[in-house]
Amino acid sequence: MISFEQVTFHYPGAERPALADVGLHIGEGELCLVTGATGVGKSTLLGAVNGLVPRFTGGRLRGRVSVAGQDTAHYPPQEFAHLVGVVGQDPLAGFVTDTVEDELAYGMEQLGLPSDVMRKRVEETLDLLGIAELRRRALRTLSGGQQQRVAIGSVLTAHPRVLVLDEPTSALDPTAAEEVLAAVVRLVHDLGTTVLLAEHRVERVLQYADRLLHLVGDGTVRDGPPAELMADSDVAPPVVRLGRLAGWRPLPLSVRDARRAAGPLRKRLARSAPAAAAPTAGKTLLTGARVTVAYGGTIAVREVDLELRAGEVVALMGRNGSGKSSLLWALQGSGPRRSGTVDVLGSDPGKVSARAARALVGLVPQTASDLLYLETVDAECAQGDTESGTAAGVSRALLDSIAPGIPGDRHPRDLSEGQQLALVLAVQLGAAPGTVLLDEPTRGLDYRAKARFTEIVRRLAAEGRAVVVATHDVEFVAGAADRVIVMAEGEIVADGPTAEVVVSSPAFAPQVAKVLAPDPWLTVEQIAAALAAAAEEATA
Amino acid sequence: MTARPSLPPLAALRFPPLPRALHPGAWWLWALAMATAAGRTTNPLLLTLILAVCGHVVVRRRGDAPWALAFRMYLLLGAFIVTGRVVFRIVFGGGQGDTVLLTLPQIPLPAWAAGVRLFGPVAAEQLLGGFYDGLRLAVMVVCVGAANALANPKRMLKSLPGALYEIGTAVVVALTVAPQLVESVQRVRRARRLRAGGRKGPRALRGILVPVLEDALNRSLALAAAMASHGYGRTGRIDPATRLITGLLVITGLLGVCAGLYGVMDATTPVYLGAPMLTAGLLVAVAGFVLGGRRLRRSRYRPDRWRAGELAVTFSGIAAATLMYLTSQLDPAGLYPSLTPLTWPELSVLPALAILVGALPAWLAPPPALTQEEPEPKPVSTAKEPAA
Repeated sequence: MISFEQVTFHYPGAERPALADVGLHIGEGELCLVTGATGVGKSTLLGAVNGLVPRFTGGRLRGRVSVAGQDTAHYPPQEFAHLVGVVGQDPLAGFVTDTVEDELAYGMEQLGLPSDVMRKRVEETLDLLGIAELRRRALRTLSGGQQQRVAIGSVLTAHPRVLVLDEPTSALDPTAAEEVLAAVVRLVHDLGTTVLLAEHRVERVLQYADRLLHLVGDGTVRDGPPAELMADSDVAPPVVRLGRLAGWRPLPLSVRDARRAAGPLRKRLARSAPAAAAPTAGKTLLTGARVTVAYGGTIAVREVDLELRAGEVVALMGRNGSGKSSLLWALQGSGPRRSGTVDVLGSDPGKVSARAARALVGLVPQTASDLLYLETVDAECAQGDTESGTAAGVSRALLDSIAPGIPGDRHPRDLSEGQQLALVLAVQLGAAPGTVLLDEPTRGLDYRAKARFTEIVRRLAAEGRAVVVATHDVEFVAGAADRVIVMAEGEIVADGPTAEVVVSSPAFAPQVAKVLAPDPWLTVEQIAAALAAAAEEATA
Repeated sequence: MTARPSLPPLAALRFPPLPRALHPGAWWLWALAMATAAGRTTNPLLLTLILAVCGHVVVRRRGDAPWALAFRMYLLLGAFIVTGRVVFRIVFGGGQGDTVLLTLPQIPLPAWAAGVRLFGPVAAEQLLGGFYDGLRLAVMVVCVGAANALANPKRMLKSLPGALYEIGTAVVVALTVAPQLVESVQRVRRARRLRAGGRKGPRALRGILVPVLEDALNRSLALAAAMASHGYGRTGRIDPATRLITGLLVITGLLGVCAGLYGVMDATTPVYLGAPMLTAGLLVAVAGFVLGGRRLRRSRYRPDRWRAGELAVTFSGIAAATLMYLTSQLDPAGLYPSLTPLTWPELSVLPALAILVGALPAWLAPPPALTQEEPEPKPVSTAKEPAA
């Protein structure tokens, strides 16, 4: 169906190729998962399928890419519309029309299909993706998962033989991600669509994949069955790492497989317990009482009481639109607060000047790049020092301690997402706030960047700050947070130590917890430590 | 207009018709015809009758969409026009008359302003003249307002001829992107406070402009890529000469149509500017559309078809306008009530009937399909969160 023949691709001005001598043949009805660290060329590989790379990106492509025998060198992306459906990471940015039904029909209108055929296909697609009740809704009013399904639907109506999905679940909460993946799997099973899917959160998709394409980092692609490649892949979800640790063969790819193999491991762990988190409860840094945020008639946060203590990392979870961001902004004092009080060491960040507020509570917003507007990293750091009123070089020093080795003359827009996050965090930390709030920092981070980020967060807490991270990423929460707060409809529905809150939850439990439930294990690291301790005991 | 008129046999017509959205073109033709009729008279009785007819049709056949509620704004605009005209006549004196109602103190003006009079005696003729003129303009505006309230503007864009498809797409994209841009500005402005940056002044402008522009640029690139992979512009490869000819024909034709409409509505213009110009313009434009539409292999999802309801609405409007035109040829006296001497406006049978014909859509047009029983769309879930 899709074939790459000795494809080498250079971005303009790049020294090393993004793709080097890639040869692939992907058959009909296969679900291929594309993995790799950030910036190794996953999006390049996907874009090359219908010719968006190099026609929209520039650069030089050698070799031959073809879909169903049609060569991308000879036809523009438009002529692939009936063969290849492409769905990007941010569905909203790709919508052309404004209602669900029109968006589903748009592609077919371009293909010139007769109107009765269009009508029939729209109805079929609405049912296939379970979005029939949304048909007249405006696209902007849909939730993230619904938008992603509409985006998939809008390319499906053209009946493409290939579906290309670039990080379809990165921005979604666990439940919405399940919805989208269920729809994709159904397409593969029922319609025989070939799916090429790139994803950072491999744990969500791995179990459905027939084949794995792993981009190593030097432009080459490792190609093979998931279980085989996962044995030594540097991008591995927790369930795979647990399997490697326990020595299971074949390597389990899904929680279900792992659970069936986990009997002996559970026995080995029976007498140990996860290392109890050190009681971190320091002094209270921030107290919110009956905090309420309302936008017109909608209440985003409803009378929330909250206490943050020094030295603890708190994860704020909940589905998209449950009021997490609103709460963070209200606590920082920059967002609207209808009523309630916030007390940070005796003063209210909502009532003092912006400069004083950021010295009390630092917030890194969801789109961190909103705060960057200068030409170089050094200029941003210097500006940060002026804003914080600190000695010159403080922000730069903080940046070097968080993410060493970012060149000072680099343009902030050219940094990777993880580096941008580090830069904004350094600028915000310059004001020395006791409480740090991070809104969705982990999306766009690969496993390695996430592990680094976990270290940073732990260190910030160890230095006596209170850290709150709003996130959908359950694996990150399992590794980084002491305490989890779950919000729904603007209210706090659960608040407690991480293990207590997530282990029993079907949506928020990390993979290790699911495999070993009801025992309260959260991460592979915990188990590795426990096994090592047990082995030591046995030899002693 | 791309759809072929597919008329069902008369036996298949049932009354009242099933609720559905009417082709927006039908409402516009009807409304323009009513406006034309209004342009042919200054008789306040007739004009009030047209106003009543438009109002009645709007109330009976408008949907529950936001634009349907804009009719009130047009009524207010009309009232403003009438008051404005009358006040002007009082302030600047304008027309003379014998029936002086009251005398305001006149403000003496320097010699170079001779011919302009401020205040002074106010005559009934002059007031009435202003009122009649203003009312005619106001009623025409309200007719356009009626079309706006009755026809879905988005469906109107969708029924643009194939040659204008790109313009329609551009408008739709602009309508979608504008709120995103506003949201983007708000988001960045709020984020500025996190760095203790001001929200105003030239320094703040840069801090806001750079991220917003970057965002907008990224979005446009993503949108362009998405449109290309959806197949937009698939068959757009034509030679430049054809494109030039098509564009010229369409634009010349539309200009001709505008001039022709003006001629038809204003009885004082030369004859050739009226119907002949309109016809010629239409022909040229249609030729352009056909030429442009031939190269396109695009289709429309759920196109509005031109059916019995549309025909009935259009015919009733055109009948009203034609009857008014006939009256203006045969018996213009009743259409323009005399100001000197002052007489009561009279209501004669033919023009009254003509206008009442225009009220037929209130019964003949299918009622709108209401969307109220569907669950109200939830408020924007992401916009609720400041950083989203």
